[in-house]
Amino acid sequence: MKIGVVVSEGPYTHQAADSAYNFVRAALAAGHEVPRVFFYHDGVNVSTRLSVPPQDERNIQENWTALAAEHGTDLVVCIAAAQRRGLLDANEAKRQGKDADNIAEGFRISGLGQLIEMAIQTDRLVMFGD
Amino acid sequence: MSEDVKKFLYVNRKAPYGTIYALEALEVVLIGAAFDQDVSLAFLDDGVFQLTSGQDTAAIGVKNFSPTFRALGDYEVTRLYVERESLEERGLSAEDLQEITYEDEDDDWAEKPSIRVVSREEMAAIMAEQDVILSF
Repeated sequence: MKIGVVVSEGPYTHQAADSAYNFVRAALAAGHEVPRVFFYHDGVNVSTRLSVPPQDERNIQENWTALAAEHGTDLVVCIAAAQRRGLLDANEAKRQGKDADNIAEGFRISGLGQLIEMAIQTDRLVMFGD
Repeated sequence: MSEDVKKFLYVNRKAPYGTIYALEALEVVLIGAAFDQDVSLAFLDDGVFQLTSGQDTAAIGVKNFSPTFRALGDYEVTRLYVERESLEERGLSAEDLQEITYEDEDDDWAEKPSIRVVSREEMAAIMAEQDVILSF
C-alpha cells in the first residue's frame, strides 16, 4: 500500500514527529511504500539543521535525514508555514535577503500543492498532530 | 468526474484565533481547490466559531480572515457542513454564522447557501464516505 504522511506539530514539544517517524519505519518494514512525508504547521521546525538536543536524547531531525537517505523518502516542508517560522533554504534566504539558511539535508521546501498531490496519489493519508 | 477525483474533507475543530490551525487549514483549502477534487469542509467543536459573523480582530493584532470563507464558492468549494450539537453546546445557532453562498452551475447559476447545519450523526456519515480527511 502507498501511504502519505503529514506531520503537523513541532518536534520535542509534541510527540507527533516521533510517532510519524516510528510509523514510517514500521510501514516500510512491513513492505508498504511511503513516497512522501509532508511537514506542516509547527511540523516544519523538524527540518532545521541548527537544533542541538542533549546528547542522551534522540535527534529528531537526524532521524528523518537518515530515513530519507536510506529509503529515498521525499521530505517536503511547506514553504508558507516555513517562512512564517524562520525556516529557509539557501535559495529562499537569498530571495528574501536573509543572511542564513537552515534546512537540513534530506528535506526540501515546496508548496502546499505537494500535500494535495500526495493525498491524491496515495492509498491512505495519515496525519500526525496534537 | 474522472476516476482520479477523490472526496476530500477538511475538518476544522479549532477556534479561528489563539492558534494558527484555522488560518493554515484555509490556506490548504485554497491551494487544494486548484486540483479539481471533490471538496467539502466540516466545522465542529470550537471550529464552529470560525464561521461566526461580525468578527473583529483589531484588538488582538491579527488578521481577520473570516471574509475569505465567502470567496470559497468562487473556488467551487460549495459544501460547508456545520455540526448542530457543536453550535448548541456553545450557545450558538445558524443565525450567528455569516452568510456564505455559491452559484449553482447546474441550476442556472442560482445563488444557494454553502453552509449546511447537520447533526453529529450525519457528520459521522459524511466522514465515512470520504477518501481523504485532513484534520486541523
